[in-house]
Amino acid sequence: MTIWTVATALLSHWRRRPLQLGALMLGLALATALWSGVQAVNAEARASYARAAAALDQNGLAHLVSPHGRSIPRAAFVRLRRAGWNVSPVLEGEYRFGATRLRVIGIEPLTMPAETQTVDLRNAGDLLSFISPPGTLVVSPDTAEKIRGKTDLALRVSDRMPDGAAFVDIGLAERLLRRDGELTRIVIAENQRPGLEPLGTLAPALSVREPSAQSDVEHLTESFHLNLTAFGFLAFAVGLFIVYSTIGLAFEQRRPTFRTLRCLGVSLSALAVLLLAELVLFALAAAAAGVIIGYLIASLLLPGVAATLEGLYGASVPGTLSLRPEWWLSGFAIAVAGTLVSSTQSLLRLMRVPLLTAAQPQTWGRASQTGRRFQVLAAAALLGLSGALILWADGLQAGFGVLGCLLLGASLLLPAVLSGFLTLMQRASSGALVTWFWADARQQLPGLSLALMALLLALAANVGVGTMVSSFRLTFVGWLDQRLAAELYVAARNEPEADRLRAWLATKVESVLPISSVDVEIRGQPMQIFGVVDDPTYREHWPLIVGLPDVWDRVASGEGVLVNEQFWRRERLRIGDQLDLASDWKSTVVGVYSDYGNPKGQVIAGINALTSRYPEVSRLRYGLRVQPDQVPDLRSSLSDEFGLPPDNIVDQAALKEQSRRIFDRTFLVTGALNIFTLGVAALAMFSSLLTLSEMRLPQLAPVWAMGVTRRDLALLEVLRTLVLWLATFFTALPLGLALAWVLLAVVNVEAFGWRLPMHIFPYEWVRLGLVALAAAVVSIFIPLRRLAGLAPSELLKVFANER
Amino acid sequence: MKSYICDIVVNLAAMVIALRNLSKSYETAEGRLEVLRGINLDLGAGDSVALTGESGSGKSTLLHLVAGLDRPDAGEIVIGGRDISKLDDRGRAAYRRTEVGLVFQQFNLIPSLDVAANIAFHAKLAGRHDPAWENELVERLGVGTLLTRYPEQLSSGQQQRVAIGRTLAARPGLVLADEPTGNLDEANGDAVLDLMLSLSKGTGSTLLMVTHSQRLADRLDRQVHLRSGKIE
Ligand SMILES: Nc1ncnc2c1ncn2[C@@H]1O[C@H](COP(=O)(O)OP(=O)(O)O)[C@@H](O)[C@H]1O
Ligand SMILES: [Mg+2]
Repeated sequence: MTIWTVATALLSHWRRRPLQLGALMLGLALATALWSGVQAVNAEARASYARAAAALDQNGLAHLVSPHGRSIPRAAFVRLRRAGWNVSPVLEGEYRFGATRLRVIGIEPLTMPAETQTVDLRNAGDLLSFISPPGTLVVSPDTAEKIRGKTDLALRVSDRMPDGAAFVDIGLAERLLRRDGELTRIVIAENQRPGLEPLGTLAPALSVREPSAQSDVEHLTESFHLNLTAFGFLAFAVGLFIVYSTIGLAFEQRRPTFRTLRCLGVSLSALAVLLLAELVLFALAAAAAGVIIGYLIASLLLPGVAATLEGLYGASVPGTLSLRPEWWLSGFAIAVAGTLVSSTQSLLRLMRVPLLTAAQPQTWGRASQTGRRFQVLAAAALLGLSGALILWADGLQAGFGVLGCLLLGASLLLPAVLSGFLTLMQRASSGALVTWFWADARQQLPGLSLALMALLLALAANVGVGTMVSSFRLTFVGWLDQRLAAELYVAARNEPEADRLRAWLATKVESVLPISSVDVEIRGQPMQIFGVVDDPTYREHWPLIVGLPDVWDRVASGEGVLVNEQFWRRERLRIGDQLDLASDWKSTVVGVYSDYGNPKGQVIAGINALTSRYPEVSRLRYGLRVQPDQVPDLRSSLSDEFGLPPDNIVDQAALKEQSRRIFDRTFLVTGALNIFTLGVAALAMFSSLLTLSEMRLPQLAPVWAMGVTRRDLALLEVLRTLVLWLATFFTALPLGLALAWVLLAVVNVEAFGWRLPMHIFPYEWVRLGLVALAAAVVSIFIPLRRLAGLAPSELLKVFANER
Repeated sequence: MKSYICDIVVNLAAMVIALRNLSKSYETAEGRLEVLRGINLDLGAGDSVALTGESGSGKSTLLHLVAGLDRPDAGEIVIGGRDISKLDDRGRAAYRRTEVGLVFQQFNLIPSLDVAANIAFHAKLAGRHDPAWENELVERLGVGTLLTRYPEQLSSGQQQRVAIGRTLAARPGLVLADEPTGNLDEANGDAVLDLMLSLSKGTGSTLLMVTHSQRLADRLDRQVHLRSGKIE
């Protein structure tokens, strides 16, 4: 007998059961798709961070920086150059072109090491126009589009530039940023002459920052990507439930074929190899489909993710996806690995079970008593472990550990919980059909429990993440109302205009709140210091979490400062702690405010305290307090009087709207992944029900023979499925709430630095319940139609003697 | 004493059966297979009749028609004065529920219910749940120690006793048995058959039993033989 004959015999099983094959392939393809889709999004984002970091930060090289993030005097650079060091100066800061804020990076093309030159200036004409007045901005095509017509400077478009940044000559940067003679950092080239005087003695005030593999943005967004990965993995695991149960059944059903083949002289190892080859073949085919679907999912998700990253972290990621071979490979690898993992048990059983044991598809999936006990014990251990992690561990990894243990433990516990519930219901009922209804549901449980576990995971993730997002939204919207208290926000185009604006506004509005900030480095982190005037707006509205009673008096007098929540938590600060804001500026923390959506630490100081340390701080932007009904008038007189473009005058409502839009887009991705996961769980349920419906006849036929119509039997089947779905749904609620609590109180704190109050949204549960119900009805539809349309002769076969 | 009174009540409900020109065929891959070609048969109330015939002669088919599990192509099945082949799905289900008891070769117990629930099942469906009568049956069938077990934990002989208990607990007017001892060894088969005969005599049910054992057939009131789709 040739291998091919044996393979044909094995494969013929699938020809007779196309739905089973379909479920297997679809389950595997979807699992792969969700996993690789998420991976594609992550890879794209990471690649773009790396590109940006390499292009903008020259982060492949070491730098000299000032310890407090203050500027470096140009003289220090000149001294190093004279001593023979191959170094190059960089001055960077933010500059607004109309409403577009750009990161302006001033470089000196002649000294910048060639390996980090993003802009090709080797052509003498290019170089000349770059360094001579009025000057050139090198920007990405998108950025060029945004600022065209808003500046007199020449624009040069480069594909290698990330969005939101511009390279300029350092002389131009000094003028734009109004920081004459200052540098932000000094790049140290790799090749240096030997025997130079050490940097430590030449520039003792500066410190060397080694080239870093990870950029700031990459570091900040790490938790976001971890979140996505966790979700992708959850979906993958849910998909594997389908694969596991389908393969298990197919092996059991083919036991007679295996036996025949073995009797005909096919060795066990040959059989195993053939089956393994079959599985790998399926895995590869499903992976190909999965990777393509994953690509589609990723391109659907990426714009949302890009918006999120932009909104949350200011990280710019392109909205389009590029194909990466390593990602294709990883998709195939995970599909094959997943298939092998979920078929190990079946393969092992094949090797162990003696040749002559009959197939038992009826009892397939029924766990032994000890197996069930072990499952409950493992569940208890996992739940205990998650509790222990909450109490004694911290860090983002621990947070995800808690989530993993909680979800896995709860899903292992589910069959026992459902079985208990069904036993109770059975005991409480007396009618023959009702008792049978519960007893039969309990008997079906083992065959359905994997699908129900998948469903539990998907539902709990939906409840948990939904609660987290809605809690966040509620808190965020309330916080926006407080934070955006000024009715109108206006930005002058230059300092003289700002002076005129202030003078003009003095008589027109109730108060003028300057929005002035400097970017600094505090405790080794990039931070912003804002200066505020003493105004009732802050006293009444600013969202303080903790603070001394006279906190605003202390801020106004320059005696204390406020810090935002994320900095407070990250640094474990306490009220009364001293903070080094600059080398000659120490202050006391007197309060903490919530600052959602901001990845950076922030400090609020009195405006006088800020301007005395940073006299040249930009004073272009203001919040204006007026009676709400005067906003339109003020707006039009502002543009009449100063000719300000519409982008420079933003009212509160528009700003809130914009923030909410960013917020909603932020969680679009999570929502989409949630739906996908639920879809996969519904598919798992469908394939299990389909599987079970094949074994149902012997259980249903006697009841039919004793006088229950096929219609009533079908109705009871629907009810039974719905009861199991509902019971799982109600189990998912507390689990989902626990999940939400962990997300809000542990994971968010670690990932974003803020802790949110948890709110409960029963209306959303009802909606989710209805969606789940619809999925349940769909999943039982085909198996049910089979049953209701069954000819009596099919049922009679059960009673036929020759079986 | 109590069971004696009940017996009288059930006796009154025992069934008279008249089959007229009953025919049934199946569509198969090789074409039309005519299994029954004009069956005529009368059973009096309380009769016990053995139905014999070659394997494949259509005994089970006939039994299923009388049980209202399937419909004939033509002919009448008059039971208790009405033609059950004219009933709709619901009507035939009600007939099966309240008037017929079935015993199969494969026992066909309900796997999710324990022995006690299996025995009470049909009686409850029929609305004739009678714990005292069920206790008596349990005792006579000798399954008193098995009540909390599940079918898969029973031997074949035990399963068939439970199946008989389930059927008789409902006090059907008509008991139909399809090779009830076919899966049992001879000693066990005889014991079970004895029980069934004496119990169904006790309830006064009409009994139609398929068997191909002449030895067993001899123990019933009457025998009919099926050949070439007709009763001989
Ligand atoms: N549902 C069916 N479809 C097609 N042929 C059937 C069906 N049921 C029974 N038969 C055929 O009808 C004939 C009679 O079957 P059956 O009544 O079971 O015989 P018996 O019980 O006497 O052995 C057999 O040849 C059998 O193969
Ligand atoms: Mg037969």
